[in-house]
Amino acid sequence: MVFRWLWLCGLWLLFAAPGARAQLQIEITGATAQRTPIAIAPFAGEPALGANAITAIVRADLERSGLFRALELPPLNPLPTESSSISYPEWRSRLADALVVGSVASRPDGRFEVRFRLYDVVKQTNMGGIAYTMAKNQVRATAHRIADFVYEKLTGDKGVFSTRIAYVVKRGNRYELQIADADGAGEETALASFEPIISPAWSPDGRRLAYVSFENKKPVVYVHSLLDGKRSVAANFRGSNSAPAWSPDGKTLAVTLSREGGSQIFLVNPDGSGVRRITTSASIDTEPRYSPDGKWIYFTSDRGGSPQIYRMASTGGEPQRVTFEGSYNVSPRLSPDGKTLAYITRNSGRFQVALQDLASQQVQIITDSDRDESPSFAPNGRMILLATVIGGRGLLSAVSADGRFKQRLSAATGGDVREPAWGPLIE
Amino acid sequence: MRASFTRLLTAIAATVLIVGCSTSPEGSTDGAPVIDPVTGKPAASGKPGAQASKIPGVDLTAKGGPGEADPRLKSGILARRSIYYDYDQFDVKDEYRGVVEAHAKYLRENPAARMLIQGNTDERGSREYNVGLGQRRSDGVKKMLVLLGARDNQIEAVSLGEEKPQAEGHDESAWSKNRRSDMLYGGEY
Repeated sequence: MVFRWLWLCGLWLLFAAPGARAQLQIEITGATAQRTPIAIAPFAGEPALGANAITAIVRADLERSGLFRALELPPLNPLPTESSSISYPEWRSRLADALVVGSVASRPDGRFEVRFRLYDVVKQTNMGGIAYTMAKNQVRATAHRIADFVYEKLTGDKGVFSTRIAYVVKRGNRYELQIADADGAGEETALASFEPIISPAWSPDGRRLAYVSFENKKPVVYVHSLLDGKRSVAANFRGSNSAPAWSPDGKTLAVTLSREGGSQIFLVNPDGSGVRRITTSASIDTEPRYSPDGKWIYFTSDRGGSPQIYRMASTGGEPQRVTFEGSYNVSPRLSPDGKTLAYITRNSGRFQVALQDLASQQVQIITDSDRDESPSFAPNGRMILLATVIGGRGLLSAVSADGRFKQRLSAATGGDVREPAWGPLIE
Repeated sequence: MRASFTRLLTAIAATVLIVGCSTSPEGSTDGAPVIDPVTGKPAASGKPGAQASKIPGVDLTAKGGPGEADPRLKSGILARRSIYYDYDQFDVKDEYRGVVEAHAKYLRENPAARMLIQGNTDERGSREYNVGLGQRRSDGVKKMLVLLGARDNQIEAVSLGEEKPQAEGHDESAWSKNRRSDMLYGGEY
């Protein structure tokens, strides 16, 4: 009997716990001066899902954006819901610019119906709401959707609370490629290895990750389906294969290969076929990134003596230099609107995130850490996720695009977190 | 036992929740559209949402170690496999010339032997650019071996960038050990 139980336990553990579970913890280290005060009333019936199960996550999401300040509310009796009539002067007197109310109701089938409504208290307008039917384990997804709705209605930009992030955690000699919600919760291990994993890149549909794994004692580019865990080799030529970047249509990967000597940029189909070279230099050409319109490939090259960022037509052609200040500018990333280039610059020996306005060539350094790597724009362009080292420990930092609002995400159970990649918006 | 049993129950509960997750075919009662919280689309299909779906994990950590290599490679000058570099330098320094010559001779005399050269950098800067810098180092060693008579197809030059430091520190004494090329023979990797 005992053995039978143990066998069952072991089997279940294979499914339930493939790796150490340790969600990222978030610490906010700066704030914007102007944050919109918003009242998020507890939803009527919410205790059926747990105290503030939904509204606490909506509140945390909105505050994490740096654009909102959730008000502390006195006990409300009765609780206003999406079908209550709202007294605007009453909410104005609580200094709320916006108000979220809602309700949770149990359904006979065991699921829940969650409804909410958003009000602009200043303009005294009903800004709409949504009803969701969800299973009890979809609380977080529902809360993120509500936060996305509120964020978009009040700022005009898409909310990114329902998106996911990928990153690598190194603990001792173990490397794990992990996927988590944008707030660092609900992480799952897509790949565990005793050899390094770097450069995860989301396919535009969010279903696959390309990355570089050193499991064969050399860098090889894989494409990994997150739906079924199937991996395929996208580039495993003689020499090194690295730096994958998806074209916006998801049909092509730009990669860096050394198969013809040196490090040069090639295009390859995600299944590994159709390889063709697009740079021809005696220098290191690497870190390709497509512009969002697919017309350009930005990349790092030391053809001028020091590593700088260049761009070339994505079909090939003569490269143009893009960065001119400083002697070390690497890791180009285009903002989703294609107007801003983020990259890592060496500034008096410190590696920091720079933003360059591509129209005006204006450059601004937006971090004050000194070992920043791998910047990654949120799909709405408002935040940049990056890897840095604080106190000897690798962690992720999210910085608003104006550099004013910062937060840190570290592994709660230790280990170095690095190589972040913010996933796409899934419509 | 108690802990395992608790985990078993948790696992069963999690599975039930995953299985039990599907979206509603019904409409809302107050006119607002019923939207699936995961897909953001009107709830209609029976497919499970992303939050409840489990990403299937792939575990490579159970793989075995490398095989055995020629014992002659484990003593004398052929046991020396690492070439170290100064900061931002990629050429093989004179002090390593004897080591490279000995390996070129071995490769020349053992045409079946295969070598993997892994170039490495210190931790500073971009991981991917460092893959490029490490490749420049391993390409340089390969070029020298071939000039000394080894065959091109015997040697694969690759880069590990900054990913496999020999020394874990964050100062020049560690960095100087990490700017290196390592020569490995078939069976050793």
